[in-house]
Amino acid sequence: MEILLAIMTGILYAAGIYLILRRSLVKLIIGIVVLGNGVNLLIFLMGGLVKGQPPIIPKDSHHIEGIFADPVPQALILTAIVISFGLQSFAIVLIKRAYKVLQTDDIDAMNKTDDIE
Amino acid sequence: MSTLLFVILSSFLFGLLLFAIGQKSFRRITWFASLLPVSLFFYFLSYLTGTSTGEVFDSSIEWVPSLDINFDFRIDGLATLFTLLITGIGSLVFIYTIKYLKGHRHLMRFYAYLSIFMGAMLGLVTANNLITLFIFWELTSISSFFLIGFNNTDRSSRKSAITALSITGLGGLSLLAFAVLLGTLTGTYTISEMLQHPAVFSEHPYSTYLLIFLFLAAFTKSAQFPFHFWLPGAMKAPTPVSTYLHSATMVKAGIYLLLRFSPHFSMNEYFHLILLVFGGFTMLYAAFHTLFRTDLKGILAYSTIGALGIIVFLLGIGTALSITAAIVFIIVHALYKASLFLVTGTIDHQTGTRDITKLGGLRKFLLPLSIAGLLAAISSAGIPPSIGFLGKDLIYESTLHSPYSSLLTTTAVITNIFMVFAGFAVGWKPFAGQVPSTIETVKKPHFILWLAPLMLAVTGIIFGIFPGIIDHLFVTGITDQLSSGTAPHLKLWHGFTFILVLSAITIAGGLLIYKFWKISHKKERAIHRLENISPKNILLQTANYFEQFAYFLTRVFQNGYLRRYVMILLVLLTIVFGVHIFINPRIFLSLKEIRGLEISEIVVCLIMVLSILYTVFTKSRLSAIAGMGVLGYSMCFIFLFYSAPDLAMTQFSIDTLTVILFVLVLYRLPKYLKLSNSTNRIRDGIIATSFGTFLAFTIIEIMNETPLKTTTAFYAENAYELAKGKNIVNVILVDFRGFDTMIEITVLSIAAIGVFALLKLYLKKHEK
Repeated sequence: MEILLAIMTGILYAAGIYLILRRSLVKLIIGIVVLGNGVNLLIFLMGGLVKGQPPIIPKDSHHIEGIFADPVPQALILTAIVISFGLQSFAIVLIKRAYKVLQTDDIDAMNKTDDIE
Repeated sequence: MSTLLFVILSSFLFGLLLFAIGQKSFRRITWFASLLPVSLFFYFLSYLTGTSTGEVFDSSIEWVPSLDINFDFRIDGLATLFTLLITGIGSLVFIYTIKYLKGHRHLMRFYAYLSIFMGAMLGLVTANNLITLFIFWELTSISSFFLIGFNNTDRSSRKSAITALSITGLGGLSLLAFAVLLGTLTGTYTISEMLQHPAVFSEHPYSTYLLIFLFLAAFTKSAQFPFHFWLPGAMKAPTPVSTYLHSATMVKAGIYLLLRFSPHFSMNEYFHLILLVFGGFTMLYAAFHTLFRTDLKGILAYSTIGALGIIVFLLGIGTALSITAAIVFIIVHALYKASLFLVTGTIDHQTGTRDITKLGGLRKFLLPLSIAGLLAAISSAGIPPSIGFLGKDLIYESTLHSPYSSLLTTTAVITNIFMVFAGFAVGWKPFAGQVPSTIETVKKPHFILWLAPLMLAVTGIIFGIFPGIIDHLFVTGITDQLSSGTAPHLKLWHGFTFILVLSAITIAGGLLIYKFWKISHKKERAIHRLENISPKNILLQTANYFEQFAYFLTRVFQNGYLRRYVMILLVLLTIVFGVHIFINPRIFLSLKEIRGLEISEIVVCLIMVLSILYTVFTKSRLSAIAGMGVLGYSMCFIFLFYSAPDLAMTQFSIDTLTVILFVLVLYRLPKYLKLSNSTNRIRDGIIATSFGTFLAFTIIEIMNETPLKTTTAFYAENAYELAKGKNIVNVILVDFRGFDTMIEITVLSIAAIGVFALLKLYLKKHEK
């Protein structure tokens, strides 16, 4: 399964990058979401896959023993999911606003401030 | 605060104060500005009784003691000589400028720059900490930049200022390298303490680098070949600036540095040899060039370069005698050259031209000025009883007592012949002969405009008649300090010796050239044809190529297209991954793993692949968003299968929210366009696929390693013990890393405020 998920991560990265390289702003944002999923999966994989043993201490015990899923990458991913939501919602509203002002969704039409002449 | 630091800072404070006073009020109190250099002159004069007998005055204020960078100042004989030159000539220049630039729009600015320069220069020559010295060194370059470009509406002024700044800036960097290297090798930045490590300067393998850095710094600042060309360009500055910075003081900073470090390097044979070669070549080259200039200041610029060459040359001889000669010549040159510059300034001010072919017979109108010019020319030519005669004598005495006496003496004589010519060409030619028809009458200048150069020229004669003054006050003390030999006593008259014959040859030769050589524009043009192979052109052309290269790089990498930036980063990363995998393939598929698959997992992965493909290739925006949503939910399942219920919950709710937000907000956007052509799509597809493939390989490779679990063990151990929580992920987020979570909440709130603001923003008509 690890190998399958590794390949899935590769596919997620490839799709995310391909979408980021498009000229449409909406595709850019979708690309970032897809790439974000890829990153989360990568972190998750690095912690090692464990079935049916969530990192929760049993009711009558003070410690968790034996094999259990790694809580550290989980905490990281949880943070990442929430933060990326903040980023995505702001970006979506920004796209909307940019379209209202500039009447375009094309990134190439928005590069003037970065242009040296 | 020590007095000395305050004295040096006072010039800076004064300069800044002028900006505060403002242009209008300053005009009424211009005289007041001259009080600064005059009082500083008397302040430093008070040190003279001590330093002439070899006493030193130290003063130290801690600045960055942990890095051994402090405001250490030391006033010894050499420092006193330079401070007196700086403040003495500074006083005259300050006073002279009152009338020279009377009514100029930016007079206040001029004085402010000049004061800052004076402070920097004083700091430079009194600093005993190499880093502090470097800072003051750079400040002189910067103030020189502002003063050269003072006529900032003139394109060529600005260009000259930039050239001067880049050349001296190059030297500044090199000085920094010198300082850091020396500080590392000796363990101290205090210049006087470095003397205790003589081996560093002569035997250490890095001593060659030390020499290179030192020479680069000194030669750029003191305009030695091949870096000399910024100095003639710097003549675009108003004449008082040329007098002060580019003849009497700043260009001597390089000389000062060499003098300061000559005791350190006294055992290094290359030190003297290189100085001898560069100084000798510079002085011949520059002195010869004075023949071909028609602008008075152009002649002065080249004769200044020549004089600096002579001083470097003398330091290269490296005997006590030659150091004495160098010290005397610094005084000689400062006096006559400043005087000649001021004479030129007044001529320019009164007649409106500095073209030597258009000037003549001015003694009829400007008698006192012509006396100043003549006296300065006499001193520059080394005709007795001027101090110049004494200086020239010492030069010949040093060359005659050196190892290659005939070669060096011949070089010195030829150089001096040209220098005699240059002195008379500037100091006397405009005043001699007939008044040309173009000049009808010349207004009488304000008395200051002739008194200042006259004072300098007369001082030169007085010192010549009574050489005991400078001998007693400066020369003996400094020579003792800088060299192991004993200094000769200065006398004007040595009797009929071989040196006297050489002097006579020099003066006669120079006067003959003066009489028979006709300065003309044609000759100036002729020498200009050689410009293509001059160091100036070669260096400027190189600088030009750099600029074009930088422009090209910027065009390629900073072209304003987001795609390009992302692509460059990705391609680079792909190459790194790819090279790693091809060089070091460690991937093996284990069949056992594959067999461990369950049907539910395979289904989830299939759904994921399908939704990804759908998201990427669909032509409708809404479908793409739906595909993205399905992808998110599949991620939930993966988290759920592998013991991460918290993640599954979060992913589920956030994914739902995102999809809703997308649909709501992006409902009325333009058509989901395909903007790129197929070539671009194939190119991007290749980049994306290869990146994804290499990444997958790398992940498989990494998973063969056993991960380090110490952090995990800590949390598992202490989640209940320390935080009384049973869900370890939650405990990490709200307790162990609670502060991070709080900041995360802050970030989310900021995003929320941003979203709210963008939604509520109503644009005015013209902003739409």
